[in-house]
Amino acid sequence: MSDTPPQDRSTVTGTVGALAAGPPAGTHRPGRTLPLRVELVRQLRRRRTQVTFGLVAALPVILWIAFALAPDGPPSSSLNLVDLAQGSGANFAVFALFASASFLLVVVVALFFGDTVASEASWSSLRYLLAAPVPRARLLRQKAVVAAALSTAALLVLPLSALVVGSLAYGTGNLVSPTGESLTFLDGAGRVLLGALYVAVQLSWVAALALLLSVSTDAPLGAVGGAVMASIVSQILNQITALEDLRDYLPTRFSTAWSDLLATAVDWGDMTRGVFSSLTWALVLGALAVWRFGRKDITS
Amino acid sequence: MLALALVLFTAPALIAAAPAPPDGAAGPGRTVEERVAVPGGPGTDAPVELDTTLYLPEVTPAPAVLVAHGFGGSKASVDEDARALAARGFVALAWSARGFGASTGEIALNSPDHEVADARALVDRLAGMPEVTQDGPDDPRVGATGGSYGGALSLLLAGTDPRVDAIAPVITWNDLGQALFPNAAATVAPPLDTPARGAFAADGVFKRGWAGVFFSAGLGTPAPAGVSSGAAPAGAVPTGVAPTGVAPDPTCGRFTAEVCAAYTDAATTGRLSPATAALLERSSPRTVTGRITAPTLLVQGEQDTLFGLDQADANAREIAANGTPVQMRWYAGGHDGGAAGPEVTEAIGTWFDAHLAGGEPVDPAFPHAVESGLRAGSNTTTGRTVVAADYPGLTGASTLTTRSLALDGDRQVIATPAGGSPAAITSLPGVGAALGSLGSRLSAVAGALPGQSARFATPVLDAPLLVTGAPRVELTVARVPGQPAPAEAVLFAATSEVTPDGTRTLLGSAVAPLRVAVPADGTPATVTVTLPGVVAPVEAGNRLVVSVATTDQAYAGGTDPAAWAVAVNGGLTVPEVPGRTVTANTVPPGPAVGIAVVLGLALAAWGTGWLVRRRGAAVAVDRPDADPLVIEGLAKTYRGGFSAVKGVTFRVRSGQVLGLLGPNGAGKTTVLRMLMGLIRPTAGTITAFGQPVGPGAPVLARIGAFVEGPGFLPHLSGADNLRLYWAATGRPATEAHLDEALEIAGLGPSVQRRVGTYSQGMRQRLAIAQAMLGLPDMLVLDEPTNGLDPPQIHAMREVLRRYAAGGRTVLVSSHLLAEVEQTCDHVVVMHHGRVVADGSVEDIIAGGGAATFTVDAPTRAATVLGDLDGVRAVEIDGAAVHAELNGTPRASAVRALVTAGVDVASAGPRRRLEDAFLQLVGEETVGE
Repeated sequence: MSDTPPQDRSTVTGTVGALAAGPPAGTHRPGRTLPLRVELVRQLRRRRTQVTFGLVAALPVILWIAFALAPDGPPSSSLNLVDLAQGSGANFAVFALFASASFLLVVVVALFFGDTVASEASWSSLRYLLAAPVPRARLLRQKAVVAAALSTAALLVLPLSALVVGSLAYGTGNLVSPTGESLTFLDGAGRVLLGALYVAVQLSWVAALALLLSVSTDAPLGAVGGAVMASIVSQILNQITALEDLRDYLPTRFSTAWSDLLATAVDWGDMTRGVFSSLTWALVLGALAVWRFGRKDITS
Repeated sequence: MLALALVLFTAPALIAAAPAPPDGAAGPGRTVEERVAVPGGPGTDAPVELDTTLYLPEVTPAPAVLVAHGFGGSKASVDEDARALAARGFVALAWSARGFGASTGEIALNSPDHEVADARALVDRLAGMPEVTQDGPDDPRVGATGGSYGGALSLLLAGTDPRVDAIAPVITWNDLGQALFPNAAATVAPPLDTPARGAFAADGVFKRGWAGVFFSAGLGTPAPAGVSSGAAPAGAVPTGVAPTGVAPDPTCGRFTAEVCAAYTDAATTGRLSPATAALLERSSPRTVTGRITAPTLLVQGEQDTLFGLDQADANAREIAANGTPVQMRWYAGGHDGGAAGPEVTEAIGTWFDAHLAGGEPVDPAFPHAVESGLRAGSNTTTGRTVVAADYPGLTGASTLTTRSLALDGDRQVIATPAGGSPAAITSLPGVGAALGSLGSRLSAVAGALPGQSARFATPVLDAPLLVTGAPRVELTVARVPGQPAPAEAVLFAATSEVTPDGTRTLLGSAVAPLRVAVPADGTPATVTVTLPGVVAPVEAGNRLVVSVATTDQAYAGGTDPAAWAVAVNGGLTVPEVPGRTVTANTVPPGPAVGIAVVLGLALAAWGTGWLVRRRGAAVAVDRPDADPLVIEGLAKTYRGGFSAVKGVTFRVRSGQVLGLLGPNGAGKTTVLRMLMGLIRPTAGTITAFGQPVGPGAPVLARIGAFVEGPGFLPHLSGADNLRLYWAATGRPATEAHLDEALEIAGLGPSVQRRVGTYSQGMRQRLAIAQAMLGLPDMLVLDEPTNGLDPPQIHAMREVLRRYAAGGRTVLVSSHLLAEVEQTCDHVVVMHHGRVVADGSVEDIIAGGGAATFTVDAPTRAATVLGDLDGVRAVEIDGAAVHAELNGTPRASAVRALVTAGVDVASAGPRRRLEDAFLQLVGEETVGE
């Protein structure tokens, strides 16, 4: 308390002044509670948000440094993504997206969605928001919208940053796919961004799962980790080809389908299936999250 | 190679395979297997036994369809197609042709007296079946279909048996002589009427690659162990193996002696002898096409160096000339490519529906697949289907459009190497779908050998061009003075697309062989060459190149060393068929619809939630005169059976400062959580200001709460926390009274620091300030003085009193009696989840003049007091005696006691609240 100087009107001295004589409370409008702008500020000012954005923006630079430091190995007979990555800015962006889509971006999405309610619960601020009152469904919706915006932004920052870094480092040549097809830089850049958008939609199931875990636990780490774990398990199961058609029901089955965008003639088949699969998972898990949060006793 | 050939020849039989699982296509699945004896043919009395299977649909009688298999296959290889037709409602009859499968007899190559006669015999059988719809006596309603060998049989049957009502031959021939001995060089230019018209000139070049594959498939050499089953997924019986167990003839296999001799002659000489020509002529539908009146669906493959598009073109032209309805359809596949997809199955089914079962008429549209040659993803070829109004040149409804492209390139000299080797490789006959595309890749490397090939290029195209049909070019061939040359030049012409960087793609992976008689005097021979029929998109910026080569591995070319001077006359005539693209899309319809359904469901759920909320908001009635808080019969049982609150009922009136007193675990906090809408009561109701309280109830906006410790965002400052909290309520900032609240908190400059750095007391004060934001009508504070210093506790009491004095209500919970006594005017005591006392603090503390005396002799004191006038309800409690004095002054009572010799240690008002509370706490202690 030494840092608190005595005040004229405060709990320190017991003088409360005009407080008690104020006007009555105004009307409450549920539709105006927790505006997106407010939730966005609440999240943007968190260190984890800033670090995440910093990381995805810096990842291409790290990759570039790694490529620059790597000694020139013996020329390999087959083309692979790493070789292609240094071909042009667009190829570099493709590589960056490939390298991060299966884990880093999953973690990013799981973080934004899994942390959003569970961290409020762990700070106890959740109960004050609910008692404000922010209707529960609305609270979840506003938080999901902001988390989705942040996730999409992070997913777009990565390829954008990679395009800029890659263009500076390797020029704005054509995007060359491993199958030998080539697209102009602008075309290729568009496809990379489209690919990032596909990844964003594809990860909607991770988002919904993280949200479900987020409303089920007071431990943010549990929610984020649980969602990431589910993704990893699904990826492992996807490796078991003996499962055959059963794999089509795995949410990560079509997670790399965006690579179809790298051809001159795009095959939308797997991407359509991927979007359908992800949205179905997301709808089911999201509905569970809403249902659970609506009925849950908040004891945090 | 044989095994590969098996795959190849059974592949056409698969073309009509439905994509649905066999079970689904099987329908009722009733089949009848039977061996049918048919006459052996001219010159023999021995009958031939055909192995047949009849597939019956659910409803009979029904029209019938004969399903013939491809060369090297058997009835088993068309099982799926037959089942699909039966599922569609047709009686399907499949059989193994003579010389194949379990049928006896020898292969006569669709001879009119043998295989075609067999098929007619089968039609006779259908005429006697009650399951088959009959058009008249001995006239069943019947169609015929089949791929390759079976397709030709369909045509030959329809041309010789007028009872056949519709046919759908697939990837088959018109003129077997031209198919095996093609010559694309016509001395008189054929009319430019249909898109893929071939020259069909006489005395062609032996297609030895395909012919060998063809012949060996019927040779009867047992398939290598383990290959046949894997190579013939449709269950084909190992080809040509004599069912009787008799060792097959090693040179002629199950072929008739006549066919065997013809092949031997062709293969050894490389030329078409008159006898062979006659035999092939007999097996060619072109001999009967003029008599075909059954509506005909012709399906041909675009990747087919055996039976090219020109064969289907000839069939279409000849059949349509009778006035018979003809539909043409080209798919991306063929003997060099894949089997046809479900669209072709569907088209054949629709055709028979229309012409046998009285279904919707089929318009004469001409669908043809356009493949880009690129593969998207791992296994999807990118392609589209273009549909033209009809096949140009057939009925005159539409005529062929052509474009002429200039060709540059002067006279070029090319050489035939002695022995014809090395030879260019442009296709791999018999490799089939699996490796068929390899041919086009090989052709890029080995398709043109140095010195053996002349090239004539068009200018760079400034717009994309879709070549649909057979381009043609006029060529001159002359001897080179001083160089050796035989009387005839055997050359191979082809069209390629060449990109600016030199990548060359052979259109259709096919070449057109020519045999040109070149005058000995050195004057050039002029011929019109019909290049292979293709559907090929040519991109803008590329050019087309006509190449003329002297060798090709797949053909029996010239073996004498020779040099030829080749030149083009005029340009390249390219046929074009305008149409509209129907499927440029690789989006699978199922998942696409699924996405729409999922989004629709999400939208519907959202809308429903919104409506429910709106209705909920509408029923809330504002009752300003109602009590701030009425709790009735409130109970909460947590999952697991623990009852935290049982039947709690109390009421808080306006202006009260009510204390909720109880030891830890009495259920106070659970009541407050229910009051904040955080947990749902198991039973009972809470109403605040006349409105029900529940999760998210609007009336909660009139309640400011501080329950179970503060909750702040640790990364924000105290001021930002309050500001953002108020912003989250969605109410105007002017209503917040933020500055006053911050003054209440009394944090000074620390208010700009991160909350994470605050002490417990600072957070506590900030949380109380947060509860007061917006000056709520009711303030609910749970243990507000925890962690506060004594002066701050004192100040807090003042704040609360002032707050309530303004007509507002304060509810304070505490486990400290003194706290409640000093702060509140009303009190509710809770213990073990129940209300044990309820009333004003004064009433409870000193109500009704009750007094307590601490004495040395309680029993005597009780007697003395009981004797006093008006005093009643005397009770002994250890050293204390309680009594209702009922108006008797306490001093008089003390005097009476002292007079009676009782020593009085203390006398005062009876503190029932304390008693009750201590009793509770005492029990709690005992309980522990």
